[in-house]
This record gives sequence, C-alpha cells and structure tokens, in this order.
Amino acid sequence: MGPPKARQPARKSAGNSGDALVFTGRFVMLADLPPNECETGSRLMAKITPENSSVVVRFAGDSGDGVQLLGSQFAESTALAGSDFSTFPDFPAEIRAPVGTTFGVSAFQINLGARRISTAGDQPDVLVALNPAALKVNLPLLQKGALIVLNADAFNDRNFAKAHIAADPRKTGELDDYQVIEIGISTQTLEAVKPHGLSKSDAEQCKNFWALGAVLWMFGRDRQPIIDWAHKKFAKKPPEILTGNLAALDAGHAYAETAELSAEIPQFTIGEAPMEKGEYRSITGAEALSLGLAAAGELADRQIVFCGYPITPASSILHHLSRMGDLGVATFQAEDEIAAACAAIGASYGGSIGVTSSSGPGIALKTEAIGLAIATELPMVIVNSQRGGPSTGLPTKTEQSDLYQAVYGRNADAPMPVIAAYSPGDCFDAAIEATRTAMRHMTPVFLLTDGYIANAAGPWALPDMDDYEPIKANPAPKAPQSDDPDDLKKAIWKRDEKSLGRPWVAPGMEGLTHRIGGIEKDIETGDISYDAANHQAMSELRARKVASVADFIPDQTIEQGPEKGSLVVVGWGSTHGAIWRAVTVANEEGLNVAQVHLRWLNPLPKNLKALLSNYDRILLPEMNMGQCATLLRDKLELDVVKLNKVSGQPFKIAEITDAIRENLPGAKQAAE
Amino acid sequence: MNKPLTAKDFATDQEVRWCPGCGDYAILKCVQKTLADIEANPDKTVFVSGIGCSSRFPYYMNAYGFHTIHGRAPAFATGLKIANPELDIWLVTGDGDGLSIGGNHLLHVLRRNVDMQIMLFNNEIYGLTKGQFSPTSRPGTRSPSTPAGSIDSPVNPCAFALGANARFIARGIDTDAKNLSPVLKAAREFKGAAFVEIFQNCIVYNKDRFEDFVAKKTAADTQLHVEHGKPLLFAKGEKGLKLNTQTLTLEIVDVGETGVPVEEVLVHDETNLALANLLVHLPMGEFPMPLGVIYRNPAQSFDDAFWQHHPTQGKRTGKVADALRKGSVWKKG
Repeated sequence: MGPPKARQPARKSAGNSGDALVFTGRFVMLADLPPNECETGSRLMAKITPENSSVVVRFAGDSGDGVQLLGSQFAESTALAGSDFSTFPDFPAEIRAPVGTTFGVSAFQINLGARRISTAGDQPDVLVALNPAALKVNLPLLQKGALIVLNADAFNDRNFAKAHIAADPRKTGELDDYQVIEIGISTQTLEAVKPHGLSKSDAEQCKNFWALGAVLWMFGRDRQPIIDWAHKKFAKKPPEILTGNLAALDAGHAYAETAELSAEIPQFTIGEAPMEKGEYRSITGAEALSLGLAAAGELADRQIVFCGYPITPASSILHHLSRMGDLGVATFQAEDEIAAACAAIGASYGGSIGVTSSSGPGIALKTEAIGLAIATELPMVIVNSQRGGPSTGLPTKTEQSDLYQAVYGRNADAPMPVIAAYSPGDCFDAAIEATRTAMRHMTPVFLLTDGYIANAAGPWALPDMDDYEPIKANPAPKAPQSDDPDDLKKAIWKRDEKSLGRPWVAPGMEGLTHRIGGIEKDIETGDISYDAANHQAMSELRARKVASVADFIPDQTIEQGPEKGSLVVVGWGSTHGAIWRAVTVANEEGLNVAQVHLRWLNPLPKNLKALLSNYDRILLPEMNMGQCATLLRDKLELDVVKLNKVSGQPFKIAEITDAIRENLPGAKQAAE
Repeated sequence: MNKPLTAKDFATDQEVRWCPGCGDYAILKCVQKTLADIEANPDKTVFVSGIGCSSRFPYYMNAYGFHTIHGRAPAFATGLKIANPELDIWLVTGDGDGLSIGGNHLLHVLRRNVDMQIMLFNNEIYGLTKGQFSPTSRPGTRSPSTPAGSIDSPVNPCAFALGANARFIARGIDTDAKNLSPVLKAAREFKGAAFVEIFQNCIVYNKDRFEDFVAKKTAADTQLHVEHGKPLLFAKGEKGLKLNTQTLTLEIVDVGETGVPVEEVLVHDETNLALANLLVHLPMGEFPMPLGVIYRNPAQSFDDAFWQHHPTQGKRTGKVADALRKGSVWKKG
C-alpha cells in the first residue's frame, strides 16, 4: 500500500487560448500587479496582456441584501464562461445585525481572469455597494481609480446615521479618486417587479437580481444559466417570487445595456483561462474536505462517524457531512468538544472511521482524548479549521496559528502526524491522505485547514475516483489455538514492521476479547505495565511510528523556480495561492525565486532539508508569529526569514513580492 | 452441549488491584456471575470506564474493555454504540468520575437514552486520589482537602438521573448480590440507558459510610426493596409508605392489625415519574433506603433512532464520484 498517485493542481499548464481577453470598455484594471506598478492612472495603462489579465470584483451590502447569492451566481457565470476565479465571502460575525450598520455589512469578493487565478485578489477593481455602510467599510480596500457602483436610493440621511457617516460621501470629495456610477437600484427594481404583484419588502429583496443583471451585462455574460438556476431555486416559492426576480434580472441587464448611462458603464469580457482538459466545478474547502472524508470512507469501505460540536468556522463541515448519509457517513452532534472527540474515538474503537473537527479552542478541549487515541493506537482524523486566537480571538477571521498545537500541543511525548491542506480543492485529497495515514499507522492524524480555505472557492478539476488506491485496514489476527492468554494478546498487538500500525481489532470480533486503555501498556501483550524499560520502549515506538509516516509520503518537490539559487519561498496551508502568484510575478520580473509548499508538517518529507539547503535564503510567509519557522529550526535546524501576518486577513500578493525583493540581494535596488 | 458458563469464565488473568475488603470485589463477582447466568457472549460485551478505582473494572472482565479518560466514558460508549449497535455495553463509573468531571456526559447519555447499562459506584469519596471529598459526600466530610469538613451540598445520583430524563433508574448495594444481580439483569434487558447506583464501601477512605442502611442486622427496617405492582412495604411487612395527599409527600405507616390495612399502602408503579421522584428524594435516615428498580419507562433508544433517522439507515447507496458531479459542472477541452 503506497501513497496514492499524487494529484497536482490541474491548472498548471499555461497556454494561451488566444481569445483570452477582450476589453470593450474604457475602464480596465489588473488585479495582481505589484503595487509599484499600480498607481492611479498608470495602472490603467499597465501591461494589459492576455496572459496576466484579471479583475477583482467585490459585492457589498447589508446582511439581508442577498450579497452572497449575488456573488456566488456571478462566480457560477464566470465558471461557465471558462475564466479562472477565486472567491472569498466576508460575513459579519453578527447573525442578524441591525439593518444599515457597518457591522452588518456582508461582502463577497471574486478575482476572475483569463490566466490562472490563485487568490481572491489583493484589492478590488470594482465595488458594488448596495448601501452607505457597505461603501464605508469597503472603500479602504479599493485601488485608487477603482470603479464603484452605488445604489443611490440608499444614500439618504437615515442610512448615513445608521452607518455613523457625518456627511454624504458623494459630496465630500472622498470618492474623487474613483470612478463612481450612481444608480437608483431600489427604485429601478421596484419599477421592474411592479407587474408581478410582490409585496414591497419582497419586491425590494429582488435588488440583488437587478444588480446581478447589470453585472452580467458588464461582463458580457449569458443570463440563461442563472434563469435556469432560479427556476430550481424558487420552485417551491409562490410563482411571483420567481417572475419578480427574473424581471429584476432582465431589468438590470437592460438598464446597463440601454440606459443613457451605458456609455459610463464599462464592459469587459474576460475570456477563457487556460486549464487542463477535464470536468470542473466550483467548490469551497469545507465542502471538498467533507467529500474527501466521504471518499476516504468509500475507499476504506468503512462507515465515517463524524462527531462534532458547533464552532465557527468549522461547523460547515458538520453541515455538509450531515447530508452525505448515502455516502456512508453518519454525523453526531455531541454535547461538547470533548464528547465529540471521545465519541469519535469510541466509533473508531468500534471499527468505524471516527472523525472530529473544530477550531483552536475546541481542539484544546479535545487534547486529552487525542492523547488516549495515541496511547491506545486507534485511528482517528481531527480536522482543525484554524481561526484567529488566542482564546475566542477572531472567530470569523483566518489564521494559521494552531501549528504548535497540532505538532506539540499534548501532555507528555505524544507525537502524531499533521497534514495541512493548501487550497479548497486540496482539502479533498488531504482528507483522504489523513484517513489513509490514520488507518495505516493506527494513530490519530491532524488535518489542518483554516477559515480562508474553508470558505474560499474556485474551479476544481474533478478527480477520477479510480485514481485512488483503496485504503486497507491492518487486518485483525485469527484467534490463536493456545491455552496461554499471552498468545492472543501478542497477536492483537503485533504491529506492522514498516508502519508500526497494529491490527484493527474491534469489539464484536470473535475470540479476540482484550482490554485497552490510557495506562501505559506492555509493548508485546498490551497488559498494564509500569515497567521502566517498557515505558522507554513504548515512548520510542510512538515516536518511530510517526516518523515512519515519512516513508509513505512523496518526496518534497519544488513547485516553481530554480533547483538552486539565492531564495526559496516556503509555505504551508492556505498561503499557497498568494505565494504562488507572488513567486510567479517575481519570476516574470526576472527574479530567480523558487517556491516550495509543505503539505505534511509532521513528519516533514525526508528530502526537505537537502532540498532547502540548495538556497542561500528561505523566506517563510505564514499567518502566525513564526510557528512553521520554529518547526523547521527544531526538526531540520534550518533558519528562515520570517514573514508573519496575524491580521485575520490572508496575505496579499504584494506583501509577499515585497518581501521577495527585500530578500534578494540587488533586486530591491534594481526595482527602485 | 457446552458447559454452563460460570463467573470464572468472565474473569481475566489480571491480578485484581483493589484494596483488600473493597466493595468493588463484591460488585465484580456479582457482575461476572450475572453475565454467566444470562449466558452473555463475551465477544459482544464491552465494559467502558473512565478514571477512578471503579474504572479499573474492565481489566478484570473477560470481555472487550476500554479504560478511557476521566469522566468521558459515556461519550466513548455513545460513539461505540453508534459504530456497532449490536454490542452490549456496560459503563462503569463512580461518583467523582460520573458526577463531577463527567457530570455533563452522564446527563447527555441519559437524556439521549443510549442503550447501555450504567453502573455508578457511589462511595461518596475520591478513592484513587487518596480520599478527597466527592460530589456525593455529605456536608461536613473531613478529607485531606477539607480538614474542617466539606461545605458543598451533595448531588443525589438517582435524582440527577431522573432530572436528566433517564428512563431506567435502580439502586443496589455492593455486597448484596442477591438483590443486585436481578437489578443488573433488568438493566441489561432494558433497551436504553439503564442507570444503576451501587452503594460501594470504600474501606480505606470512607469505611462503612452506608452502614446505617446496609448493616445486615437492621436491613429489614432500613431497606425498602421496591417491586413493580407490589405495595411499598418494609420491616417484614409491618411498615409501609403511604401518600399524604395534603402535602404530596410519603409517610411511614404501621401496617396490619395495629396500623392501616395493606390496601392503603402505596403500590409501586415503576412507570410513575412522580412516585420515582418521591422515592429518590426520601430523606436518608428518617426513611428506609429504596432499592431495586425505582423507575422504568421505556422509549426508543438513541442508537435505534440514530440509524432509523439516518438518510439511508447506514447503507452506502451513493457513490462519491456521482456526488462530486452534483450541481453545476462544466467541461474544459
């Protein structure tokens, strides 16, 4: 049983489809260029080439405005147009924040392009703001020169007061650096849906469809797929809800096309991005991870028993899995985080694949139980959707700050494997790998993801399930025909020589009764043992077992750039997209930079030290205060240049390209 | 024909390590004998425990066993029951494990009604950590951590279980196998969470704590063995419990020639929640200790409901390859 055929991101092969980008408007921007090329004005004239063209659009409005639906349908349309994209929703932490307030603003950002897109974009080029609060919150994110589409109907004193805005921002000059288009979206929507007999509040609810119609025109998109989708979405609602929303969609589209403002509204067509042949869908990390766990269960032909407790941002995994019963998944919402971990271990003890999931604070509570899974040598997958901390911290914001917790965070010497997914789609494969490893070595395995990956989405090349090798359990022994009870015990604890995984013996199996527990056990018989030499041997065995995972994982590869050189950028987890783009941009500038992205954090790939030693300097961007840097120093005695960001926000590409220049002798001066 | 099973068939080769004279020995013997009596299949039987003296129990039972972590045994057992509902699960816990650190999990396993037998060994003390007061210790308990006597108001295990909506509540005494064994059999027959409080004598740290009602000599007067459909009589039938309809409390009455006719004595109805509440709250000392099956009111067990409500009743009917392609899929090339 070896590692599965490695699946690489399918969008790597570049190639120009020729019709990649057609700009027909006068307003054109590039998303990911380094900031020194992004100044107002000059940026518009900057290198507009089919290879690197992209636009970042941000939709923002009140929580109740349907902004997420607007954004996700635009993403769907982008997918069908063949462009690459990456999306990131930005929800308020409050569930039903008061209407019109800044803390009630919900946003959805999409970066789309005719090239490979790896992040949701540094700064929006286009902002659609449905109320003043949305403008206020999102204005600081924008590029100078960005296009702002405003719902003029919402710009009144009442809404200014709610958003604590002193004066109408349209009159204070603060929008002078931007291209602003004002449309009375609410009025236009009410007018459009009037014939359909909706209540005023229902009619107002259609304004996201109106805005969607206008944006579809801006991007030259077909409305039909949205119409088809709406028919399904509203099938169970009163018919006027469907007809009203479709009327709003058409009206928005027609307005943008024909209204006197049309000369002002830019239209740009972003063509197809080069992608490998195959089937694609849009997927978030949470959904991919859930499907990956289901796939692991299918490959192992065992029930997945997922035990969770509600916590942001991990709950969505519980929600997705609770709808995958037909795929051999059962979900249990436990009374607390501890019970969730314990129930998962109980399920694994019973022969199912026990999985639990949480965020940092919940993982902390599970820690003692995880130690028991290590001691009893039971398989288990623990998913950590990391968020900002310590303590409650920033529940809805992303961070990579639980790496210490995963690698080191248990009492006593209690090593366990740790794998980190690097993109929404990779969550699928990482979940399979985590489960395969847990079953092979009979150990709990940490699967790290984070708030960014969990909610971000992009096109995902659908895998072929036939490409994956089945996951085999270490078979239970036959009950030996012997009067010596030790013979049975030794058979039960006879570990595989390579993986040190023990046979998976579950209650109910005939003639194999035995007792397990958290007290140190005899290395051969599993009986309670307080023997000094035995504890030494068991501690070493647990360490060797986790180290042996390195024999089963692929060697580390270089993602891009030279095999030797002055600088390599090393990352892990969700920073992959930003680092990839930053290194790509740097190399396009002629800087010779390599990228290495880690997936297994414990153990590290066996060739990693040799591979990284070929570079003069290692730059390590991570969303914490330097945890992976510590790990590399601890495990490989490598020193790195740290680039730490703990703002709750993912890295911007420009932040990494800046750091690349800083760390390349001569590059900074050359750039200046 | 196979030889009939004996208690020995359920013993392991492990040396029992409880203190000499500990009540746990008697319970162990009683459980081993009970399993032999009912011809339990060791391969399908699992003992799950937490941490504490009582929680060493699984090591001494020739069945499957899982000695878990402090207070969490109910959660492990719940996951295990989900994974394999066919298993016969016995949970072993104590007053500290089950009602202090693990109170939350005990609450939830009871209200969910997960099918298992829960034996709570109550000795009103922390034994394994050398004698600190426990959540069932009576106020004024002098212990290493409370040299001047404890001040906490104790929890009443059976009242706690009733409050958690447990549907089977029973009591027994460690050394009284004659009465404990039928209670354990009833608990095992019950499909759901069957809670059994067993008064257990900690010979070292809380010796003879329950002597008031356990002592053989006075047992007839101090113990009330309840039985469904039978009057609540004790003291060889000379005394009984009667409901005072004015105060909604139970009172002791003399029965027979010098007292009330036996018809006036309350008849035990194990499905009556109000009566169960009265019985578990009877003041200690003033009243005899109710023992036996106090409350039994079956409902669907969690494990049954879990798989019944599962979208495909646990069957794998779908394929991941198809699930991946649900919704909007587009092709390139």
